[in-house]
Amino acid sequence: MTETAGALREPWPDLRLQREGVGLGMWIFLASEVLFFGSLFCGYAVYRTFNVEAFRIAGAHTEIVYGSINTVLLLTSSLTMTIALRAATAELRNLTLYCLAATAALGAAFVLCKGLEYHEDLKQHLFPGLHFPLSPPATQMFWGFYWIMTGIHAVHLTGGIVVVLVVFTLFKRRVIPVQGSTMEGVAIYWHFVDSVWLVLYPLLYLAGRP
Amino acid sequence: MTDITLPFVPPLDAGGESYLDEGHTILSWLTTTDHKRIAILYALSITVFFFIGGVAIGLVRLELISPTGLFLTSDEYNRLFTIHGIIMVWFFLVPSIPATMGNFILPMMIGAPDVAFPRLNLMSWYLYVGGAAFTIYVLFSGGVDTGWTFYPPFSSDYSHSNVIGAAAGVFIVGFSSIATGVNFLATIHMLRCPGMTWLRLPLFAWSMYVVSMVMVLATPVLGMSLLLISAQRLFGLPIFDPSAGGDPLLFQHLFWFYSHPAVYIMILPAMGVVSEVFTCFARRRLFGYGFMVFALIMIGVVGFMVWGHHMFVAGQSPLANLVFSFLSFIVAVPSAIKVFNWTATLYRGHIGFEAPMIYALGFLGLFTIGGLTGLFLASVPIDIAATDSYFVVAHFHTIMVGGTVSAFMAGIHYWWPKVTGKLYNEFWAQFAAITMFLGFNVTFLPQFVMGWLGMPRRYHYYPDVFQIWHILSSGGAVILGAAYLMPLVYLTWSLFYGEKSPDNPWHATGLEWQTPSPPPKSNFLRPPRIDADPYDYHDFGRAAETGDESRARPQGDAS
Repeated sequence: MTETAGALREPWPDLRLQREGVGLGMWIFLASEVLFFGSLFCGYAVYRTFNVEAFRIAGAHTEIVYGSINTVLLLTSSLTMTIALRAATAELRNLTLYCLAATAALGAAFVLCKGLEYHEDLKQHLFPGLHFPLSPPATQMFWGFYWIMTGIHAVHLTGGIVVVLVVFTLFKRRVIPVQGSTMEGVAIYWHFVDSVWLVLYPLLYLAGRP
Repeated sequence: MTDITLPFVPPLDAGGESYLDEGHTILSWLTTTDHKRIAILYALSITVFFFIGGVAIGLVRLELISPTGLFLTSDEYNRLFTIHGIIMVWFFLVPSIPATMGNFILPMMIGAPDVAFPRLNLMSWYLYVGGAAFTIYVLFSGGVDTGWTFYPPFSSDYSHSNVIGAAAGVFIVGFSSIATGVNFLATIHMLRCPGMTWLRLPLFAWSMYVVSMVMVLATPVLGMSLLLISAQRLFGLPIFDPSAGGDPLLFQHLFWFYSHPAVYIMILPAMGVVSEVFTCFARRRLFGYGFMVFALIMIGVVGFMVWGHHMFVAGQSPLANLVFSFLSFIVAVPSAIKVFNWTATLYRGHIGFEAPMIYALGFLGLFTIGGLTGLFLASVPIDIAATDSYFVVAHFHTIMVGGTVSAFMAGIHYWWPKVTGKLYNEFWAQFAAITMFLGFNVTFLPQFVMGWLGMPRRYHYYPDVFQIWHILSSGGAVILGAAYLMPLVYLTWSLFYGEKSPDNPWHATGLEWQTPSPPPKSNFLRPPRIDADPYDYHDFGRAAETGDESRARPQGDAS
């Protein structure tokens, strides 16, 4: 193994176990995240059952073009992230760096696109409150969930982008070697944020459309 | 994955220097990644909060001496019992045993040099401090008056107090317990020493495993429910607003989906501690080890399915009431198994009455009373009569204070020589333990009675007939307060003037005792190895009284 110095941390005896440990820890954390988003999905399911018609009306007003572009962006970022992970395991340092940069860029593009979409939504007053244009009142519930779900997802994604950029810098400056356990955790987290979007997309953009 | 064990890497500086001598500056403590030092940071911070929460409820008890109040406005009264609940639940009970004894003892118990992610461990303490800072800010900005349960629509629309600050504090401290849970799970899975198979894990390690699981899976739901409340309060998103198709009951479902398992987050570690103490001070193997492990897991799993019993009168369907009632009875079965097995562990034991054992025996009795009254409340018709009465208050305080705090004190005394290398004063410790048991009963037995007679909880003014019970209860609280202050004095005293402790003052089994007191930074001087089942105090089929005398503890050497 070349340049593994600095990769091994207390209290791990070797890098293979450490990588496995980081993976396990991240999976456990994601189990926690699943319950975090799960309580939102549960609330959505309950309210949709109570207000089927209102959710159908409200759901037709989401910006499906932005949503679909974002789906493509995020899925592509997962592809580049996977390549980065494989490249790191195979000790292909440059490929890892390129792919990490691409992942961060695609993530940033998602956030930008989301911002444009939010702007569009606000122009149409689609924020629950006095000037809310839709009726019946329960359409506000759908849009309440829209803002909370996409907002929390965007916060997770922004966190992910920051982590990817930090890891990128550390790799670039050779502070830590690419084949350490870091990539494992970062990749698993990124895929999770991506798969949350794969649930949000149908709930918010497809549910109200025939 | 299940049977990976860790080849021991001898520490580079295999000297005998204890973890306490690894640096004496405050900075060396604030930047430490040593699980033992982080445990001590946690212990100091939760002690501070324990006494803040205690003062809050002390004022409430003083106020309740008179049926028309003494010195508080009703608004101040509401804020005091709310801050008592928030602090005691999230800033004392939830982190109490896992973050202090779990952090310190668990890695040593399984023969690991540290937890799996030491820096995450330090971060969890800083998250705790961050959440604590919000709570202190809430205290100084006038408090919060929603009760610790944050029920909407009061919390989301009508309260004029600092709900957002309190919710933010609880949200952040929740991530501290998730971090601890992730760390413990990875540690137990990956860092057991050679020979430490799953069914040789001491019960305390098992309790940490199950409690970590519950922390990781339940806490995020609390986070989300507080986030939704805050979204409604801050941005007007109508999540729990009936006029926009919302339902306040959904909050109660989400809240109790966390907060009922949270009860097990608070009691399971206590069960782990007393399992260690009973075996050591009765010189007995644990009766029914396999069943004890199974019962812990059962409680953890079934504990997730009983949250609806908090909502019997909240408008839940009768069918749901029936199902939740049934499941609540089911969760009593593994709890009863544990009580019977502890009792059977004592049978024919060579019992010593050192302070940890007195606390643990107090736990056994009070946990049984708390559990049985829980069965009353799990029954729908009785609960409808007793809902929101002092009977409920007395029930959960019997589990939380009589159970968890007793076990917390048992653990503190049991591992004190290991942690500090000093012996505490046995007489004062025994005296405090007995005082605590008496004080507890004088405080809470009257609450059972007045609750049964119809005294509602959280009321500021009450009919004269209940005054005698309130006076008894407040008097008991004074005794209880004294019993909590005593350890503060004699334990601190022992730090400076206490006798030096031998490595294994209780002659206990378990890896944490096979290393110097206080332990070196790397925990062990020699590679730890396990060749026997836990609690190897006597041969099978032979109790301590007839068994090998060399394994029995010589009498009276601890005092």
